[in-house]
Amino acid sequence: MAGSSRRGFLRQVAKVVPSVAAAAALGHMGLAGAKRSKPGSEFEGDPAVWRERFLEAARAAKEAGPAVDTLQAPVSPSKDVPMVMNITEDGFIPLAEVRTPRSSPSKVADIIRMQEELQKAMEKPMNQRKWIMVIDLQKCIGCSACTISCKAENNLPPGVVYRPVIEEEIGEFPNVTRRWLPRPCMHCDDPPCTDVCPVGATWKREDGIVVVDYDACIGCRYCLTACPYGARYFDFGDKYTDDTPAVQAYEKSPSPEYGKEWTRDGQGSPVGNARKCQFCIHRLDVGMLPACVTTCIGEATFFGDKNDPDSLVNELIASPRVMRLKEEQGTNPKVYYLT
Amino acid sequence: MRLDITPKPVAIPLGMIWVAAFTAGLVGIGLRLTSGHELANYTSSIPWGLWVAAYVYFVGLSAGAFLISALIFVFGMKSLEPIGKLALFTALMALVAALLTIWLDLGHMERFYYVFTRGNPGSMMAWMVWLYTAYFFLLIIEFWVAIRGDLVSQSSEAGLRGRVASLLLGKFGRAFGPRPRLAVAHSYDRTGDRQMLKILGSIGVPLAIAFHGGVGALFGVVGARGYWNAPLYPLLFIVGALVSGGGLLTFIVAFLWPEKGTEKHREMVVTLGRMTLAMLAVYLIMVWAEFSITLYADIPSEAEPLYQILGGPYPWVFWVFQVGLGAVIPIAIMTIRGKSIPWVGLAAGLVALGFFATRLNVVIPGLLEPQLDGLDTAYIDNRLEYEYFPSVMEWLVLAFIGSFATGLFFLGTRLLPLTDQKQEVSQ
Repeated sequence: MAGSSRRGFLRQVAKVVPSVAAAAALGHMGLAGAKRSKPGSEFEGDPAVWRERFLEAARAAKEAGPAVDTLQAPVSPSKDVPMVMNITEDGFIPLAEVRTPRSSPSKVADIIRMQEELQKAMEKPMNQRKWIMVIDLQKCIGCSACTISCKAENNLPPGVVYRPVIEEEIGEFPNVTRRWLPRPCMHCDDPPCTDVCPVGATWKREDGIVVVDYDACIGCRYCLTACPYGARYFDFGDKYTDDTPAVQAYEKSPSPEYGKEWTRDGQGSPVGNARKCQFCIHRLDVGMLPACVTTCIGEATFFGDKNDPDSLVNELIASPRVMRLKEEQGTNPKVYYLT
Repeated sequence: MRLDITPKPVAIPLGMIWVAAFTAGLVGIGLRLTSGHELANYTSSIPWGLWVAAYVYFVGLSAGAFLISALIFVFGMKSLEPIGKLALFTALMALVAALLTIWLDLGHMERFYYVFTRGNPGSMMAWMVWLYTAYFFLLIIEFWVAIRGDLVSQSSEAGLRGRVASLLLGKFGRAFGPRPRLAVAHSYDRTGDRQMLKILGSIGVPLAIAFHGGVGALFGVVGARGYWNAPLYPLLFIVGALVSGGGLLTFIVAFLWPEKGTEKHREMVVTLGRMTLAMLAVYLIMVWAEFSITLYADIPSEAEPLYQILGGPYPWVFWVFQVGLGAVIPIAIMTIRGKSIPWVGLAAGLVALGFFATRLNVVIPGLLEPQLDGLDTAYIDNRLEYEYFPSVMEWLVLAFIGSFATGLFFLGTRLLPLTDQKQEVSQ
């Protein structure tokens, strides 16, 4: 539905919002410098040309500094392969170029597979797909790239964090280890937060995503109290630029949530509303994986259709390592963890 | 006959306090309306704060005062009959304060009516709103029926009281025009009204119980919060309403009744005081049950909020206000000076005041525990903190609501026949 216009909208958003997500990921690869130039200024013209240049810079940086395994990709993008990020003119790396892990050159990268499965699932009617997320805690390195990319993707204000990463220190010094647990919305199959809403402004969609209608939410915050995972947030109207001379452009740019442009202005929605992770519906609608999945540098976050028996996520949740948070609440979360 | 408020030296400082509170409160309202929730100190982790506690407190006062009025109008308790109208008016003013508070607490005040146009019958909050709306209308109608007989006689008075009574009765000519003094007051047959009051009160009793029990259920149904999620909650709220509402009404009757010191006055105050004390005893037993059982089992999600209450950052809310001022001292006073009007009034006032601490300790401790271990330190932001103390703006808004409601109450005592008993006596 209206895929092309949403795609256009996403492009627009990407132009306005500097890609904090990519910056964070590149920062971890020791490539932050490559991202500092303004989009379009250095790499004008044919995307294929600047892609070449970008990868050259990346290779140079790799030789100079830390490892950049994911960029060992062949530099011959095929236009036939679907790309996770279609917004190439703004500096995203087409997935085709990062698809080949060194260890198994013949195997399609998980992220490509998930992307293809997602696009297949999107061809089905909504009620025949059921989105789930799997997070492999052994792969999570606690970099918080997912937190930041989510913040950037959804253009979230201060105090609204759809996907914090809980850090846990186990043991006593010096015998300590750390564990990280990213906490998106669990998109419960039996969500306690939707029942309590006095105006029916939040509900579970047919594909299992728990959504909020910003135009209906009265801001009573009952759902915030009812969520056993603390996954809902109230938009108090705070700005990053509070107590500074001027509101900056990035605060005036809209959030693309639910496929609409939500500009925070005064006390209008989404200010005064309950807000939460919605699995990046606006990205799913254009065949893209949620931002936290594509930016996870440890490839620890998986996303897919549980109703597709051949999907990667279905393979993963068959693992004996699988667990879900607070099972005793009877909420049936659709976010699974591998411990 | 008017409530006795002004002719005392104490009226001047009280009046000054009121003006200060109202003025400061206006500033608070201005801040709230212009900056939304930005100046509030509640967070996404503790999403309900002072205002929700205040709302629960005010609706409790209202339901309690109403249920006491039902003793008179429905169950025919003769000894308290003179305070029936006053009890209804107290219930009405407390409800006005409650609705104002919870309205200001909404993120989108302009959408409050969505609860009626697109309400979710699966939500306790929707039911609570529907029930208190019904209760609000019933209260207005019942209050009207209770005072209209007296308004008829008051309309013949000279001065503002006469004009107000005429206006309320729809006699606009007499309300705004010249007012020749009537030689004979209108006669008014109250038999129909008494019957009507009994019927309205009979509808009101289950309504008030359902509505305030519903407030308790609103908290009780939240499975995510072990502290709230107890079947005792609706009962705790109903008994709590009687304690706080009874305390407030006893205080009002003790200090503001026009004919102070008469045997009738003493009888009413002592009766109301004893009822409040009895309800307080029942409430304390329930609180004991809640604390002892939960702490014995010591399951963290349920017990931790109680540890927070007993020894957390604000233990004085419990020990000083809830236990000391709200229970121990009033019980001691009523035991020692149980027949003295001012002492009983004071004790009951303390019970009513201390109950605000009880309401705070219902709402906030239930939210203090991070839902997942480590969530409190996962992302550092002021709006994600699991600590809460109300901001200045929050207190100012509460000052406005408190002074607004007491101001309306004061006007009511000056202009409405809340304690007139002439007709009853003559019958």
